[in-house]
Amino acid sequence: MIKIVFFAQLRERLECEQIQWDYVQGITAAHLKSQLSAQGGNWLALEESDVLCAINHEISALETIINDNDEVAFFPPVTGG
Amino acid sequence: MISVQQQDFDCGHEYQQLREQGQGAIVTFVGLVRDFNQEGQIKGLHLEHYPQMTERALEQIVEQARQRWPLGKVRVIHRVGDLDGGDQIVFVGVASEHRDAAFSAAQFIMDYLKTQAPIWKKERSDIGEQWVASKSSDNDAVKKW
Repeated sequence: MIKIVFFAQLRERLECEQIQWDYVQGITAAHLKSQLSAQGGNWLALEESDVLCAINHEISALETIINDNDEVAFFPPVTGG
Repeated sequence: MISVQQQDFDCGHEYQQLREQGQGAIVTFVGLVRDFNQEGQIKGLHLEHYPQMTERALEQIVEQARQRWPLGKVRVIHRVGDLDGGDQIVFVGVASEHRDAAFSAAQFIMDYLKTQAPIWKKERSDIGEQWVASKSSDNDAVKKW
Protein backbone atom coordinates (compact mmCIF):
# COMPACT_ATOMS: atom_id res chain seq x y z
CA MET A 1 0.00 0.00 0.00
CA ILE A 2 0.98 3.61 -0.55
CA LYS A 3 0.04 6.29 1.98
CA ILE A 4 -0.93 9.54 0.24
CA VAL A 5 -1.26 12.84 2.12
CA PHE A 6 -2.49 16.25 0.94
CA PHE A 7 -1.94 19.76 2.29
CA ALA A 8 -3.30 23.31 2.29
CA GLN A 9 -5.77 24.37 -0.45
CA LEU A 10 -5.32 21.03 -2.21
CA ARG A 11 -6.40 19.18 0.97
CA GLU A 12 -9.44 21.48 1.23
CA ARG A 13 -10.45 21.12 -2.44
CA LEU A 14 -10.10 17.33 -2.30
CA GLU A 15 -11.83 17.21 1.08
CA CYS A 16 -9.24 14.59 1.95
CA GLU A 17 -6.23 14.60 4.29
CA GLN A 18 -4.90 11.16 3.53
CA ILE A 19 -5.75 7.91 1.80
CA GLN A 20 -4.25 4.47 1.26
CA TRP A 21 -3.73 3.39 -2.35
CA ASP A 22 -2.89 0.02 -3.88
CA TYR A 23 0.77 -0.29 -4.81
CA VAL A 24 1.59 -1.21 -8.40
CA GLN A 25 5.20 -2.01 -9.27
CA GLY A 26 6.97 0.70 -11.28
CA ILE A 27 4.35 3.38 -10.63
CA THR A 28 5.61 6.99 -10.65
CA ALA A 29 4.22 9.93 -8.68
CA ALA A 30 2.85 11.30 -11.97
CA HIS A 31 0.98 8.00 -12.64
CA LEU A 32 -0.38 8.06 -9.13
CA LYS A 33 -1.62 11.64 -9.58
CA SER A 34 -3.33 10.65 -12.85
CA GLN A 35 -4.99 7.65 -11.21
CA LEU A 36 -6.31 9.86 -8.43
CA SER A 37 -7.65 12.56 -10.75
CA ALA A 38 -9.28 9.90 -12.96
CA GLN A 39 -11.74 9.41 -10.08
CA GLY A 40 -13.31 12.70 -11.25
CA GLY A 41 -15.21 15.21 -9.12
CA ASN A 42 -13.03 17.00 -6.55
CA TRP A 43 -10.05 14.88 -7.60
CA LEU A 44 -9.73 16.90 -10.81
CA ALA A 45 -8.17 19.61 -8.60
CA LEU A 46 -4.93 17.61 -8.90
CA GLU A 47 -4.80 18.49 -12.61
CA GLU A 48 -6.06 22.05 -12.38
CA SER A 49 -3.25 23.75 -10.49
CA ASP A 50 0.46 23.59 -9.72
CA VAL A 51 1.05 20.50 -7.60
CA LEU A 52 4.37 19.58 -5.95
CA CYS A 53 5.26 16.15 -4.68
CA ALA A 54 7.28 14.75 -1.80
CA ILE A 55 8.16 11.08 -1.37
CA ASN A 56 9.06 9.95 2.15
CA HIS A 57 9.37 13.61 3.22
CA GLU A 58 11.76 14.64 0.40
CA ILE A 59 10.67 16.98 -2.40
CA SER A 60 10.70 14.72 -5.47
CA ALA A 61 10.16 15.01 -9.21
CA LEU A 62 6.84 13.62 -10.45
CA GLU A 63 8.80 11.14 -12.59
CA THR A 64 10.18 9.45 -9.45
CA ILE A 65 9.25 5.78 -9.07
CA ILE A 66 7.36 4.93 -5.89
CA ASN A 67 8.08 1.89 -3.74
CA ASP A 68 5.64 -0.15 -1.71
CA ASN A 69 4.85 1.44 1.70
CA ASP A 70 6.15 4.86 0.63
CA GLU A 71 4.48 8.02 1.88
CA VAL A 72 3.62 10.31 -1.03
CA ALA A 73 2.54 13.92 -0.45
CA PHE A 74 0.89 16.24 -2.96
CA PHE A 75 0.68 19.95 -2.17
CA PRO A 76 0.57 23.44 -3.71
CA PRO A 77 3.71 25.60 -4.00
CA VAL A 78 4.86 26.52 -0.48
CA THR A 79 4.38 29.98 1.05
CA GLY A 80 6.20 29.94 4.38
CA GLY A 81 8.72 32.45 5.72
CA MET B 1 19.41 24.21 15.66
CA ILE B 2 15.98 24.07 14.05
CA SER B 3 12.60 24.56 15.73
CA VAL B 4 9.12 24.42 14.25
CA GLN B 5 6.78 25.60 16.99
CA GLN B 6 3.54 27.38 17.83
CA GLN B 7 4.97 29.55 20.60
CA ASP B 8 6.64 32.92 20.10
CA PHE B 9 10.42 33.44 20.37
CA ASP B 10 12.64 36.02 22.06
CA CYS B 11 15.15 37.56 19.63
CA GLY B 12 17.38 38.82 22.44
CA HIS B 13 17.64 35.34 23.91
CA GLU B 14 18.30 33.78 20.50
CA TYR B 15 21.00 36.35 19.74
CA GLN B 16 22.78 35.61 23.03
CA GLN B 17 22.70 31.88 22.23
CA LEU B 18 24.43 32.56 18.90
CA ARG B 19 27.37 34.37 20.51
CA GLU B 20 30.52 32.28 20.81
CA GLN B 21 34.26 32.73 20.81
CA GLY B 22 35.96 33.05 17.44
CA GLN B 23 32.90 34.32 15.58
CA GLY B 24 33.08 38.01 14.66
CA ALA B 25 29.68 38.43 13.05
CA ILE B 26 26.08 37.54 13.74
CA VAL B 27 23.29 38.31 11.27
CA THR B 28 19.69 37.81 12.35
CA PHE B 29 16.47 38.12 10.37
CA VAL B 30 12.93 38.18 11.73
CA GLY B 31 9.85 37.83 9.52
CA LEU B 32 6.56 39.33 10.79
CA VAL B 33 2.90 38.89 9.85
CA ARG B 34 2.00 41.83 7.58
CA ASP B 35 -1.29 43.46 8.50
CA PHE B 36 -2.21 44.31 4.90
CA ASN B 37 -2.26 42.71 1.43
CA GLN B 38 -3.39 43.96 -2.01
CA GLU B 39 -7.06 43.60 -1.01
CA GLY B 40 -6.78 45.40 2.30
CA GLN B 41 -6.46 44.71 6.00
CA ILE B 42 -5.25 41.33 7.29
CA LYS B 43 -6.31 40.18 10.75
CA GLY B 44 -3.92 37.29 10.94
CA LEU B 45 -2.60 34.09 9.47
CA HIS B 46 -2.93 30.38 9.87
CA LEU B 47 0.26 28.46 9.04
CA GLU B 48 -0.17 24.84 8.03
CA HIS B 49 2.85 22.55 7.63
CA TYR B 50 3.86 18.94 6.95
CA PRO B 51 5.01 17.93 10.43
CA GLN B 52 7.31 15.02 9.55
CA MET B 53 8.98 16.97 6.74
CA THR B 54 9.38 20.61 7.79
CA GLU B 55 12.28 20.25 10.25
CA ARG B 56 14.13 17.95 7.90
CA ALA B 57 13.71 20.37 4.96
CA LEU B 58 15.04 23.23 7.10
CA GLU B 59 18.00 21.12 8.26
CA GLN B 60 18.88 20.37 4.64
CA ILE B 61 18.79 24.08 3.77
CA VAL B 62 21.12 24.91 6.68
CA GLU B 63 23.42 22.06 5.61
CA GLN B 64 23.60 23.50 2.08
CA ALA B 65 24.49 26.91 3.56
CA ARG B 66 27.29 25.30 5.62
CA GLN B 67 28.75 23.80 2.44
CA ARG B 68 28.98 27.28 0.88
CA TRP B 69 30.20 29.40 3.79
CA PRO B 70 32.23 28.80 6.99
CA LEU B 71 29.54 29.18 9.64
CA GLY B 72 29.39 28.93 13.40
CA LYS B 73 26.05 28.48 15.11
CA VAL B 74 22.91 28.67 12.98
CA ARG B 75 19.42 29.01 14.45
CA VAL B 76 16.16 28.73 12.51
CA ILE B 77 12.74 29.03 14.17
CA HIS B 78 9.51 28.85 12.16
CA ARG B 79 6.17 29.27 13.84
CA VAL B 80 3.03 27.40 12.78
CA GLY B 81 -0.64 27.62 13.78
CA ASP B 82 -2.66 30.82 14.27
CA LEU B 83 -0.86 34.18 14.31
CA ASP B 84 -2.09 37.78 14.45
CA GLY B 85 -0.96 40.82 12.44
CA GLY B 86 2.47 41.98 13.59
CA ASP B 87 3.36 38.62 15.19
CA GLN B 88 6.79 37.12 14.62
CA ILE B 89 6.76 34.21 12.13
CA VAL B 90 10.34 33.26 11.42
CA PHE B 91 13.81 33.76 12.92
CA VAL B 92 17.07 33.07 11.11
CA GLY B 93 20.34 33.73 12.96
CA VAL B 94 23.76 32.98 11.55
CA ALA B 95 27.15 33.36 13.24
CA SER B 96 30.39 33.43 11.28
CA GLU B 97 33.94 34.73 11.47
CA HIS B 98 33.17 37.43 8.91
CA ARG B 99 30.11 39.47 8.03
CA ASP B 100 30.00 38.56 4.31
CA ALA B 101 29.43 34.89 5.07
CA ALA B 102 26.87 35.67 7.79
CA PHE B 103 24.86 38.06 5.57
CA SER B 104 24.94 35.71 2.56
CA ALA B 105 24.06 32.58 4.53
CA ALA B 106 21.13 34.28 6.29
CA GLN B 107 19.71 35.42 2.95
CA PHE B 108 20.35 32.03 1.33
CA ILE B 109 18.51 30.25 4.16
CA MET B 110 15.51 32.62 3.90
CA ASP B 111 15.36 32.38 0.09
CA TYR B 112 15.41 28.58 0.19
CA LEU B 113 13.03 28.37 3.14
CA LYS B 114 10.42 30.33 1.16
CA THR B 115 10.45 27.86 -1.75
CA GLN B 116 11.43 24.51 -0.16
CA ALA B 117 9.98 24.27 3.36
CA PRO B 118 6.51 22.64 3.34
CA ILE B 119 4.64 25.50 5.02
CA TRP B 120 1.49 27.25 3.73
CA LYS B 121 -0.09 30.54 4.82
CA LYS B 122 -3.81 31.24 4.96
CA GLU B 123 -4.79 34.88 5.58
CA ARG B 124 -7.76 35.97 7.69
CA SER B 125 -9.45 39.24 6.75
CA ASP B 126 -12.89 40.89 6.84
CA ILE B 127 -13.82 39.13 3.58
CA GLY B 128 -12.95 35.70 4.96
CA GLU B 129 -10.01 33.32 4.67
CA GLN B 130 -7.75 32.95 1.67
CA TRP B 131 -4.67 30.83 0.92
CA VAL B 132 -1.65 32.94 0.02
CA ALA B 133 -0.44 32.40 -3.57
CA SER B 134 3.23 31.62 -4.14
CA LYS B 135 5.24 34.45 -5.71
CA SER B 136 7.42 34.08 -8.79
CA SER B 137 9.81 36.59 -7.19
CA ASP B 138 10.52 33.99 -4.48
CA ASN B 139 11.51 31.45 -7.14
CA ASP B 140 13.67 34.09 -8.84
CA ALA B 141 15.39 34.80 -5.51
CA VAL B 142 16.53 31.16 -5.27
CA LYS B 143 17.85 31.12 -8.84
CA LYS B 144 20.45 33.77 -8.02
CA TRP B 145 22.31 31.28 -5.76
